[in-house]
This record gives sequence, structure tokens and C-alpha cells, in this order.
Amino acid sequence: MTVSATIVLRGRGVVGGRAEGEALVTRETIPGWGGVNPQEGVITETHHELRGKSFKDKVLVFRGAKGSSGWSAMYHTARLAGAAPRALVFNEMTTKVALGAVVMRVPSVTDLDRDPLDLIETGDWVIVDGDLGIVEIQKRT
Amino acid sequence: MLRLTDSEKAMLDGRDGKARQKAMELLVRYAEALGAERFVDTRNVAGVPGSANPFLQRYYAGKDADGLDAIFSYFDLDSDELVDVPDAVVPTFHLQGGADPRNWQTLGVKVEVFRNYEEREAFAARHDVTILKTCTPYLAGNLPAKGEHCAWMESSAVIFANSVLGARTNTEGRESTSAAMLTGKIPDWGLHRAECRYGTHRVDVELPVESVMDWGMLGYFVGDVVQERIPVVIGSFTTPEIVRLKHFGAAASSSGGVEMYHVVGTTPEAESVDMAFGPKQPLERFTYGKSEQRQVYDRLNANASDPNVDYVMLGCPHAALDQLREAAILLEGKRVSTNCNLWIFTSRAVDSEARRLGYVRAINDAGGVVLTDTCSAFAQAIPPGTKVAALDSAKQAHYLPAILGVQAWFGSTRDCIQAAVTGRWNGERP
Repeated sequence: MTVSATIVLRGRGVVGGRAEGEALVTRETIPGWGGVNPQEGVITETHHELRGKSFKDKVLVFRGAKGSSGWSAMYHTARLAGAAPRALVFNEMTTKVALGAVVMRVPSVTDLDRDPLDLIETGDWVIVDGDLGIVEIQKRT
Repeated sequence: MLRLTDSEKAMLDGRDGKARQKAMELLVRYAEALGAERFVDTRNVAGVPGSANPFLQRYYAGKDADGLDAIFSYFDLDSDELVDVPDAVVPTFHLQGGADPRNWQTLGVKVEVFRNYEEREAFAARHDVTILKTCTPYLAGNLPAKGEHCAWMESSAVIFANSVLGARTNTEGRESTSAAMLTGKIPDWGLHRAECRYGTHRVDVELPVESVMDWGMLGYFVGDVVQERIPVVIGSFTTPEIVRLKHFGAAASSSGGVEMYHVVGTTPEAESVDMAFGPKQPLERFTYGKSEQRQVYDRLNANASDPNVDYVMLGCPHAALDQLREAAILLEGKRVSTNCNLWIFTSRAVDSEARRLGYVRAINDAGGVVLTDTCSAFAQAIPPGTKVAALDSAKQAHYLPAILGVQAWFGSTRDCIQAAVTGRWNGERP
């Protein structure tokens, strides 16, 4: 893998700290209870484009959260099981994703100045700084 | 920028004890994540405080110390320290759980898991939590008033409280409701604020929507097209009532993340189209007609092909008294097929009334079982060997195949009871 130019996005930090990893990207909202296996860190929802994919140790880049109020408890469980993502980058704020990010305790950023879903592809290397509200993208070429 | 009152600062400083301090710390982290500016007081909390599925039971086994509760401390409050949990400071209600206390063996729950559920329930009750054990608290003794600020979990209950009752709650989670139970606080954000409750999308309904099944399909369509926004549903409806709106909301909060809707002429914040949208213009407009209805029906039945039905599940969300009566009447003079099981889920409160009225006996006499506290999706429990289920709930049809890998037919309550009696699906496409 060679690394091309770095792209920097600025937004609002949701949960502080800094982490980096490989991106897993979806334009869809992400389910919680009933659509995810938290022990394995895998999306299981029948119609989801990430069905069968693991978010463990990935930087999860997504539109927002959907579905059950068990969202936070599922991702909280994923943290206990060692299957949580390393960081979150998302567009739409809801109580589900806010509480989920807090109890997952992973650096999280939202309200970015450009749409991360247009700029980040699965497999890119992404650095998330939740204290400064900055997302740095190293494109995979 | 989050601003705290003096009493909130005192809680955060630990002047009301360690547990309330940890609860306030969690709420502050949560409010800051949301970008909320203040808290609102709540005296109506619905959650699952201190409960534990088998994973949490194993994970926290042996971690209690000095009589302090590990699950509530570490998981509910996301605290790094064990704390002494005080009683709830505001009225708090326990939503659905993992097993029926009478029929847990029917559900295939292992004895040690069941004993643990009992211990967790006793823990909640000791802390003044009312044990409703249902996803329909509004049918079982917790009916918030219009404008009342609540902190509720359970997406189908949240959407009902906001839309049908005009109460105010976001979809809270396990940790935020347990923290609210000890503080009476929840972030003043989203649906707590009048300006966030107006409609955003317009849905014109161009066909009659009458039965519970019709309302379930409409809800599934609406959730899919608006996702987590606020739909304003416009059509000519003949008296929608509680059961229909229960199924509509449950479906809309499963296919999407709808937490509030307006039905013009029916729900309290939508006496007119203008009132529903307030100062806002609809962002998008959708039409629901025959072809949309058929698409929803086909999508809900997409993974079913085998007409031999092993299992019929009713009561998602938990059956209202009238639905148990309907099931009893539909089963009159009939018997559930020996190749099929019929399970109907409800709350303890409705079950007790239905027993008094003879509905439970009538269902039992026909070979069906009435269960409380849980459901197949939540308990991950279906009769052994089930390959094909039949359901009258779009929400359950959304979740059950994903969770348990079974085929699922969706149709009317009558179609489902018919399938239970004959062992074959003969539902009619609308």
C-alpha cells in the first residue's frame, strides 16, 4: 500500500481521545440490538449493506444510528468483548449514537466541514482526534 | 456549552453520594456528546436497571464486593468504581425482561439463567423500581401526560409516548435511564424541545388504512422513507385506536429510527397540517398507495417460501387486552395444529386481567400459550425445531429472521391464527 495526500476534515468532538485505523464505511444508518452481534463485532441485520462485516478495531464511518433503544448497550457490550471499533466518524446526531459513543469510550467526531461519506472509502487509513474534532484521511491507492 | 444548576453541580461534586456522582458524570458526558446546553427534570423513567443477559451475567460473575452491585456500577453507570446503589429518586419502571416467570421452561431458558433473572428483578424491586416487564408501559400502568418529560427506553414505547400521548422523550438507552433513575435528570435535547417536534416529511396516504396489519405496513413504509425524521401522515382514517397506533409506531421505529410522528386529525400535536409542520416546510413528500403497500408486504415476506408454518407468534408489541380477546374468539371451536405452536406475548398486568376474563383459558384450551415479560426476539426463544414462523407484527418480522435465522411470514392476526390451526400459511397479498 502506498499513501497519497492526506485529507483533513474539521468538526466537533463527541468523545475525546485519539485513535487510528482502517476505515469501514457505510452510507446507511447502523442498527444496534437485533441487528448486530456484539460479542463478534459483526453486523447481522438482514437487509444491511454491511451484513456479515466486522467493525472490530476499525474506524467506523457511517451516517448515524437506527432502530432499538438497545443501541448503546450493544456497543457497550462490544467494548467489554473487545470487539468495539477504534473510533467513530458520523453525520447525524441522535441520542442513540451519542450515548453509544460515550459508553464505547472511543474517540468520536461529527459535524464535519465536508461529508466524510464522500471522502472516506473502506480501507483508507483514518486518524480521529476527538479532542480537537479533527479527522485525517490517508487514501489507500 | 453545558450549564449546570447548583444542585446538579452538587451531585457532580459527590455531595449526594458516590452513585449519584457517577450517574451525573455519565449524564454530563452524554449531554456534552449531544451538544445539549442543560438538563431537564424528569419524574418518569422507563428502562432496564440492573438487568443482565447471560453474557453480562458471565462477564460480571464474582465482581460484586462488599454487598455492592457490579452490573449496576460498571455497566449501567459506566463507572470504573463499585458504588452503593441508592433507591430510585423518581418513579422508575422496568421494561421487558428475558423470561416469563411462569413459563420460562417453555421458552427453553436454563434454570441457572432464570434464577439470575429473578435475582436481577429482585435487585431492581429493592431499589423501588416498578416491575412492569413490558414493552407497552402505557398499557400496564405508566401513562405519561401531554408535555410530561420522560426518560424512556424501548423504541416502540418512545414513539407512542411522543406521538399518541404528546409526552416528551428521546429514545434513551440502558445507561442514561439508569442514571436518570438516580438523578431525575436527562439532557434537554431533541424531542424535549418544542421546536424539535414539528414534522419534517409529508406522507400522503391514498388508500384506506384500517386493520392492524394495514397500520403496521404503513408504519414500515414510513420508517423506511423518513429514517429518523418526523413524518406527518395525511389521509382519511376511520378512528385509529391504540392497537393500530401501537403497531404503526413499532414498525416505523424498526424500519427506520422514527421517534415521533403526526397523524393529522388524530395525534395531539397535529390538529391540522399547519400545526403539525409549525414554522417548517416539508423537506420531502411521499405518497403511499397500492403499489407502495404491496412493496412493503413483499419486503416483509421476502425471506419466506415454505408454507408449512411451525410457529405463530403474536403480541409484538405486547398484546392489549382486546387482542387477547380477539385471539380467543378466532380460536373458538378450533385447535392449534400438532405441527405448530402458538405463543402470544403480553404484559403481566394485561395477562392478569385476561385470566380473570377467561381469555387465557380459552387460548390454552385451543392449544395456545400466553406468555409474559418478553418476546421471541428479545428472549431469542422459539419452539425447538422452528424453521418457519408467522407473525402479525411488522416489527417482529423485521427482527426475528435476522436474530434467529428463521423464515417469517407476515400477515393479519386472522391469517396467523389460521396458520396456527392448519399448520399452513394462506395469507392474502393486499
